[in-house]
Amino acid sequence: MTKDTQTGQRPLRVAILEEDSLKAAVLLDGLREAGIADVEVIDTMTHMLRRLSTIDPDVIIIGLENPSRDVLEQMFQVSKLVSRPVAMFVDQSDESMIQAAVEAGVSAYVVDGLRKERVKAIVDMAISRFKAFDRLQRELAAARNELASRKIIERAKGILMRTRQLSEAEAYALLRQTAMNEKRKLAEIAQSVVTAASLLEK
Amino acid sequence: MRAGFIPLLDMAVLVATEEQGFARREGIRLQLVKDVSWSNIRDRLAFRQFDVAHMLSPMPVASQLGIGSNPYACFTPFSLGRGGNSMTLSLDLYREMQAAAGLDGTEDALANALALKAVIERRRRSGRKPLVFAMTYPFSSHNYEFRFWLAAGGIDPDVDVMMTVVPPPLTVDAIAARAIDGFCVNAPWNMIAVEKGVGRIVATKADIWPSAPEKVLGVSTDWADKNPETLSRLIVALDAAARWCDDPDNHGCLAHMLGDPAYVGVSPDMILRLLKGEITVDPGGRTRSTRNYLMFHGQAANFPWLSQARWIYSQMVRWGQAAYDEACLPRVEAAYRPDIYRSALAGSATAVPAVDSKVEGAGSTPTVVPATDGDLIPDPDVFIDRRAFDPSDIPGYVSGFAIRANESVTAAKYATGPENRRLVPKQST
Repeated sequence: MTKDTQTGQRPLRVAILEEDSLKAAVLLDGLREAGIADVEVIDTMTHMLRRLSTIDPDVIIIGLENPSRDVLEQMFQVSKLVSRPVAMFVDQSDESMIQAAVEAGVSAYVVDGLRKERVKAIVDMAISRFKAFDRLQRELAAARNELASRKIIERAKGILMRTRQLSEAEAYALLRQTAMNEKRKLAEIAQSVVTAASLLEK
Repeated sequence: MRAGFIPLLDMAVLVATEEQGFARREGIRLQLVKDVSWSNIRDRLAFRQFDVAHMLSPMPVASQLGIGSNPYACFTPFSLGRGGNSMTLSLDLYREMQAAAGLDGTEDALANALALKAVIERRRRSGRKPLVFAMTYPFSSHNYEFRFWLAAGGIDPDVDVMMTVVPPPLTVDAIAARAIDGFCVNAPWNMIAVEKGVGRIVATKADIWPSAPEKVLGVSTDWADKNPETLSRLIVALDAAARWCDDPDNHGCLAHMLGDPAYVGVSPDMILRLLKGEITVDPGGRTRSTRNYLMFHGQAANFPWLSQARWIYSQMVRWGQAAYDEACLPRVEAAYRPDIYRSALAGSATAVPAVDSKVEGAGSTPTVVPATDGDLIPDPDVFIDRRAFDPSDIPGYVSGFAIRANESVTAAKYATGPENRRLVPKQST
């Protein structure tokens, strides 16, 4: 007998183990949009076990970068009532989904006996949200870098204008020419100018 | 080749294999990839993100027996060495033990376990909460060693204390925050806890069983079937690297390599002291010199003994992780592959044992092991409880332990049908 037939089609309860609140929110949104309303986020690992027993989820979603996966592993071992909770990975019939999950950095634990199609929707959603979050992070990092570069180039230009009596356009052209000659990034050359100037000032 | 690892000193052989050119000499490039959990190591090996991995010695046995949440078949043809683990208790707890049992700090591991027992009794009488002890993974040498040590002192790890998991890099913080009262983990975390003034080392792996395997090279069965030649060359490279790691002249260089943030990322000075076996056990400055605290090659440390795989199984049975079943023994032995080790190193300078099994912990009169270049005389090898392990009698060995899981509970647990399965246990108390 499976849990499905036991309980009818009661909505699945999902627990998300994630310390990064932004990432948890992205995941939570995705699941809600997919019609899974019964989702709890556990954002602190301190009382993880107690929280999990209270929530009693059908599916646990946890990122691969979370060291607490080993804590879950132990919990499944010591429990006297659980015989063997099942990681999503055990049913290897859908290898491409598992591969995608590992690549996206998601893992899931699923109660034994649940119908695969019901879980698949959840795991697929988790995969796509993890990927989206990753992309977001990368874009954010790129934007921050870009901003930092622009600031440092402004400062380098200012230094050159002051010390070598150049116009803004000339200062910029000098930086660019140097970067091209040395095959380095404009921001790197600007950083060198700023560092050198700070050494000379003292 | 991609090799996953967890930042611990017992990964030394893998680092030396790549950094000292032993891999290159065999036409291999080893790309070492840091990871955060043993569960990840297992899953990434299963799903081919890793070709081989730094693994806990019981993990291949668990995988072959189908226990754990992703029991994907893997095995080990090479142990990465011995030693490095210690049991560290919070300094407060150790002070309680000193008061209860009059310890002056020179006591051995067994005396410390007995003193802990006295403290646990006292705490129980005064209605205090049970102590919480951490190890790193349910199928780990740390779990079995911590339990072995506790039980040798008359403490039942499933009744008298709470055993939990804390990932290695978090153990020191956990003890400092009083979330746990003690832990068992590999170097360097024990000594870091001591140096931060929050922990006291009360036992080392060698006190419990000197020749116990620690980490192993985990290989997925699929990959090995497709790449037997590469695996063989990797074993040759690992063997040469392990020999290099054991040479005290190389310890300075090894400490620098391991200290790199890409690997373990702690001070090379501390690593060097650990490699020399000079351990600070007490924040007061008491040190202990342990010969071969970490051993990478000598004493056939890399040989995957079938008797050691069987010992691991005996502990799984002892603590109720598996029910004893003679039909499982071929699977237990499929986890350790001395045959692959032997064929890779045939004709090399390394003395390879000619037998696959031996009595473990045979005592101060060592059993002579016939090997390729004459006999191998192992160092005296005794378990802390002085009982030897005869690999042909696992049930007898397990039933000889006064403290062990109840067999009928274990049997019932494994007979439970899927309809009773729940993802999360209801709190039992």
